[in-house]
Amino acid sequence: MIDPITPVTEDEFHAFVDGELPEDRRDAVEDWLAKHPDDAEQVAAWRTQADAIRARYGAVANEPTPERLKLDRLTRRRYARAGMVAAAVLAAFLAGGVAGWTVRGVSTVAPGRFDPFTAEALSAHRLYIAEVRHPIEVKAGERHLVPWLSRRVGTTLRAPDLGKFGLKLLGGRLLPGLNGPAALFMYEGANGERFTLYSSTQRQPQMAFRYNVVDKFAAVHWIDSEIGFVMSGPADRDRLGKIAQSAYEQLENRAPARRSDSGQLMSRRGS
Amino acid sequence: MRPGRPRAEAREHPLTGFRQGIEASIPALRRYARALTRDAEAADDLVQDTLVRALRSEHLFHGGNIRSWLYTILTNLNRNRLRSLARRPAMSPIDDNDAPDAAGPEAGSRDIERALAELVEDQRTALLLVVLEGLSYREVAEVQGVPIGTVMSRLARARLQIKAYLDGKRLSLRRVK
Repeated sequence: MIDPITPVTEDEFHAFVDGELPEDRRDAVEDWLAKHPDDAEQVAAWRTQADAIRARYGAVANEPTPERLKLDRLTRRRYARAGMVAAAVLAAFLAGGVAGWTVRGVSTVAPGRFDPFTAEALSAHRLYIAEVRHPIEVKAGERHLVPWLSRRVGTTLRAPDLGKFGLKLLGGRLLPGLNGPAALFMYEGANGERFTLYSSTQRQPQMAFRYNVVDKFAAVHWIDSEIGFVMSGPADRDRLGKIAQSAYEQLENRAPARRSDSGQLMSRRGS
Repeated sequence: MRPGRPRAEAREHPLTGFRQGIEASIPALRRYARALTRDAEAADDLVQDTLVRALRSEHLFHGGNIRSWLYTILTNLNRNRLRSLARRPAMSPIDDNDAPDAAGPEAGSRDIERALAELVEDQRTALLLVVLEGLSYREVAEVQGVPIGTVMSRLARARLQIKAYLDGKRLSLRRVK
């Protein structure tokens, strides 16, 4: 106690109050406070403040978690909200009650009216469904189809099962998209009609179904967890709406987009 | 009794426990947000935004202390919130009925609430993370993105100002009597 003590600093008073003081300085600080009532009073005041703050707010942590903060609900709600909007849009399709979609011959809508993402998807659709011999790059039967496209797009893709609409997955191909690699899955019905599902990164807020028509073709576009999807097919809004809805439901629980991966993979693997 | 030091189980979470780690942190996040905003509704909004953002950003979390990471998100969101509040027209002052309740049984907790309200945001954040949430100085430095020395000086200024506020309160009370 009598040996020359390293002077105690104010920082050490704080560290003392907050339990951050190194063990070997504790005695020095306590000695100092014993001899300096002004400093001791200050330290006591800080402790009182801390106690008052804990007394005022500490109990909040013991309150039951409100429903709206439960994780299950938060995750469910994110999808449910988009789902509800999608369902509402689907209902509008079916009822034909929304202006713009109801007008016969919507085909007059200029291509420039809809977003570039849908335009990209529709041009891929039109280009490849017309192909007789090479509509796709990798056949549905090949097991690496989905993992390969998932890796390149940078999310967990799935080729939805559209069997209940009489559509069979032919296969898929990789395309250059606006924001990076894009995947195109192609489906075919018994009468030769073809549908495609286009997906690629689209870092925009969640978006419910948006319907567009160009000539004989139509597209339903939606965004979920930063991946944009476009289901394209013949311009039959009722049927396309149901098919998109089914695809949406099958896809909604996929893993979130991985920001860095697709870029890295792209530079590493050339193919 | 000194509650609030972080419990060990929240510290090291493997990525598989990501969701559970978030879930276990909700009560502490609510407490911190309540003290930061002093408004139950705004606090839970803040926690909700924090959770949504965290769930969406799982790929940005590279292990480590998940609770600190959540405090960081919440602190940043609160800063944005205050910035947008500041752009709105001013609300009516809250000090209108100071005198009547100053001596009531709740006076102590109301005083500390007002004293906190007087602080600069960065000082309030530093003080609450240390005192209420039990973070170490190093963790607070990470949350705030500043050196430990800056955390220390924010802490010192916060304590000084609260003391001045409470002392002033006591003086004016004595004068009334």
